[in-house]
Amino acid sequence: MKRTRFYPYQEKLGGRMIKFFGWEMPVEYSGIISEHLAVRHKAGLFDVSHMGEIYVRGRQALDFLQHITPNDVARLAPGQAQYTALTTPRGTFVDDMLIYCLEPEFYLLVVNGSNADKDFQWASGHTASFQVKVENVSEAYSQLALQGPAAEKILQPLTDIPLAQMKSFASAQGRVAGLAGLVSRTGYTGEDGFEVYTRDPSPGPLWEAIMEKGKPYGLLPIGLGARDTLRLEAKLMLYGNDIDETTTMLEADLKWVIKFKKGDFLGGEALLKQSEEGISRKIVGFELLGRGIARPHYPVFAGGVQVSQVCSGTFAPFLKKSIGLVYLPLEQTAMGTEFEIDLRGQRTRAKVVPTPFYKRPAL
Amino acid sequence: MYPGDFYYTKDHEWIQVKGQEAVVGITDFAQKQLGDVVYVQLPQVGAKLSSHQAMGTIESVKAVSDVFSPVSGEVSAVNTNLAGAPELVNQDPHGQGWIIKLKLANPKELEALMKAGDYEKFVEGLDK
Repeated sequence: MKRTRFYPYQEKLGGRMIKFFGWEMPVEYSGIISEHLAVRHKAGLFDVSHMGEIYVRGRQALDFLQHITPNDVARLAPGQAQYTALTTPRGTFVDDMLIYCLEPEFYLLVVNGSNADKDFQWASGHTASFQVKVENVSEAYSQLALQGPAAEKILQPLTDIPLAQMKSFASAQGRVAGLAGLVSRTGYTGEDGFEVYTRDPSPGPLWEAIMEKGKPYGLLPIGLGARDTLRLEAKLMLYGNDIDETTTMLEADLKWVIKFKKGDFLGGEALLKQSEEGISRKIVGFELLGRGIARPHYPVFAGGVQVSQVCSGTFAPFLKKSIGLVYLPLEQTAMGTEFEIDLRGQRTRAKVVPTPFYKRPAL
Repeated sequence: MYPGDFYYTKDHEWIQVKGQEAVVGITDFAQKQLGDVVYVQLPQVGAKLSSHQAMGTIESVKAVSDVFSPVSGEVSAVNTNLAGAPELVNQDPHGQGWIIKLKLANPKELEALMKAGDYEKFVEGLDK
């Protein structure tokens, strides 16, 4: 069982530990609901050091990434990041990820922890015609996410990086709590916030300094439980639940990520064909109309026939509703369309609703 | 932590007997395992339950869990406060977070259940 470098701090704070893809990590501290609401109203600190980090370097780093991802990597100036994916030739997901342009010929891929080895193998397997070096640096990196409306106020006193002018999906390298690191205005909660990466072998002071600075703002440590409810309210995809090697980017409603004009890429042909011919199913957000919680894998019925199963599904602590994501036949995806979910033997009505379920208020 | 006048089950229910009637809930250990409770599905008053029969379900954000009747009997009351305040199960599992009241069919069944000291040892073993 692997532990992140912040484990001792989390244990001390009473984190309830679970096994998570080979990692021993806190699922909750004070409770999923209070942690979730702290992030929506104040701030929360997440240890996300289980995420994978892969370097792509070399003269053809850009060409290589253009080839293996659907978004337009050429749009990234040094310091900028984008949401994208590793796609199969069928246009399905090897993984979803962030790409950071660190320098003109040096990129950082941040991938799901559970997929890091697979992604590294995948990327390495496609380097043949490119002058590029792919390196799995997951073990060297620690990562914290500081999320919530108070995030900037908490982090600014700890870093020489000016945060006020840092735009969404921008990043900068500098010092945080005395450690060398990379800070980006990104996250997985639907709130404003930052992610901090460091290769320092003893990053403990980073955790301690943020917790300390955050105290007057009501900062709480956040476990995997609230990480999941927060990301689902914001309709951010979870690999393995909502997207995988059987779902295409178009079915996953991520057409905005695909930039066909940039030229050919792995899966591009299949996606273009599917885009022209039309998809037969699409992921939608739903709200449960009856009581209970629609959880992953619960069977989904339309017109008395099972058509699907729940992908992600949970009780949404901010919205106080049971929400989820499901792939439905295209003709059943119009807003307001009703269908049924089998909640452990109890057929319960649900309806298609607009997403994201939660959108943070404009400043 | 665990009241001395309650009996306990391996499924983490407690039962407190008051004459022919008993109050049933889930233990502090159970509520901690479940985390934030958001729905409690209760049986009908008058329902006849046999020992170890599912009498309702508790949904927390994290998980769904059946609640079993520790002994056989007839449901004489349900905690209607849980509809509006399911968090009572977390806040006061051995008190205001009670789930049902039961008219006992066979008080002898209680002898098969654990006393507080045994239950404490039982959950200590599980925590490891």
